[in-house]
Amino acid sequence: MSVILKTEKLRVEFKSREFRQAPKIALRGLDLEVSAGEVFGFLGPNGAGKTTTINVLLGFVQPTSGAAGLFGIDVRQPIARQRIGYLPEMTYYYKFLSAEELLRFYAKIFGLSRSETDRRIENLLKLVELEHASKRQIKTYSKGMQQRVGLAQALINNPDLLVLDEPTSGLDPVGRMKVREIIQRLKNEGKTVFFASHELGEVETVCDRVAIINEGELKAIGTVGEIVAQHPSLEKAFLEVIGYKPQPA
Amino acid sequence: MRTVFALAGVVIKELYRRKDFYVLFILTIVICVVMASVNIYNDTEIIRYIKALCLLLIWISSLVIAITTTARQIPAEREQRTLLPLLAKPLTRTQLIFGKFLGCWLACGLVLVCFYAFFGVLAASREHAWPLLNYFQAAFLHWMVLGVVIAMTLLGSLVFAAPSSNATICFVLVTMILCVGRYLDEVALKMHEPLRSLVYVLYFAIPHLEWAFGMRNLIVHDWPMIGWNFVGLATLYLLAYAAIFLAAACLVFRRKAVN
Repeated sequence: MSVILKTEKLRVEFKSREFRQAPKIALRGLDLEVSAGEVFGFLGPNGAGKTTTINVLLGFVQPTSGAAGLFGIDVRQPIARQRIGYLPEMTYYYKFLSAEELLRFYAKIFGLSRSETDRRIENLLKLVELEHASKRQIKTYSKGMQQRVGLAQALINNPDLLVLDEPTSGLDPVGRMKVREIIQRLKNEGKTVFFASHELGEVETVCDRVAIINEGELKAIGTVGEIVAQHPSLEKAFLEVIGYKPQPA
Repeated sequence: MRTVFALAGVVIKELYRRKDFYVLFILTIVICVVMASVNIYNDTEIIRYIKALCLLLIWISSLVIAITTTARQIPAEREQRTLLPLLAKPLTRTQLIFGKFLGCWLACGLVLVCFYAFFGVLAASREHAWPLLNYFQAAFLHWMVLGVVIAMTLLGSLVFAAPSSNATICFVLVTMILCVGRYLDEVALKMHEPLRSLVYVLYFAIPHLEWAFGMRNLIVHDWPMIGWNFVGLATLYLLAYAAIFLAAACLVFRRKAVN
């Protein structure tokens, strides 16, 4: 299978704003490869460097050293983003637009034709179960509905790679289940999903391969089966890999 | 270009779905209609005062709309985190700046059409005349001035942290330019070096918007129109300033972290 997401010795340092403070190292030589058609779980505790990695992949942050590419194109080129969809964590879309208008706006950015836009909007609203609310302004939506609109906007260009940053954060169990079902359907359609999360149960259910990152370093990578082979569960494996030692009661 | 127009379309939708414009428009109508309904001191030329007041309110309202709409564009995208999915699309930061500028500018153009249409009706109700070309000239230059103000505010929104501080600074700057901009050279003459040179530099550096503001007098006193060649030159002058502010905004935004 072809590699569509690749990072090589990726290092990101953020300069401190305080005088004589050492720079904060967010990523320390991260090497990752994601192949076409797989659902890749990117795990790590808060502040591990998951979002920084995504920010580099999307061209929001320049790496201090190393390289990152999507579909063999350097991530700093806007064209590298033509075939990706991105759902950020906790985004509040333009409240004054309806879901349909929002999707139409993003479709214009991708340069889709009117007929293609209409067809995709119809399919996506069906996929995320928002047909009934497509004409309502987003400000009237629940959190779960807003997250599903986000998922629809990430899919408007029929992307080959979907980057999801904590897609179920803040959602109730039903909302989580719906998002999980959508990811499952995308997986069945052969889409590649790069999925940052710390919801281990979710990752275990939907991911083919998993990478665990801590303090900017890759600690483990492999299939869920390989990682949990020597542990009773993914949670135990995760805690051990990141070096967490439970406090005695 | 399609991307830039798509971004502009969202800004225009935002303007007509928010209450700001309607509040200012209705307020202007109410104040002007109330003032027009009474004739203080039985002055036969009272319509001139009403026209002056109406144009002043139009200028204030348009500046309020232009500055507040522009000042919140990029900070709101950042705060609501919509900037991230937007920049994750095949879109450059320069396109984003141009889209926001165009959206705010076109939105202000629509606002001016409404305001000047009301002004025309108000003036015609008393004077029974429609000097449409004069109104067009004044509205057109007014719109060009708003272009400079919008570009300046867009740059400010990338430099200053809070939209409120940016809006306040832009209001103060524009008010200063409109009120004292033309006298800066006279002020410089009365100063000693090196302050004199500094004030001179300031005089030549600032965009002189005050003469377009003074166009109100032409309409108020029914003076003849200015030559179209002067309108063309003034347009070029104002577009040059807008381009400088936009270029600076693009440079600042290119270096700015979005996360």
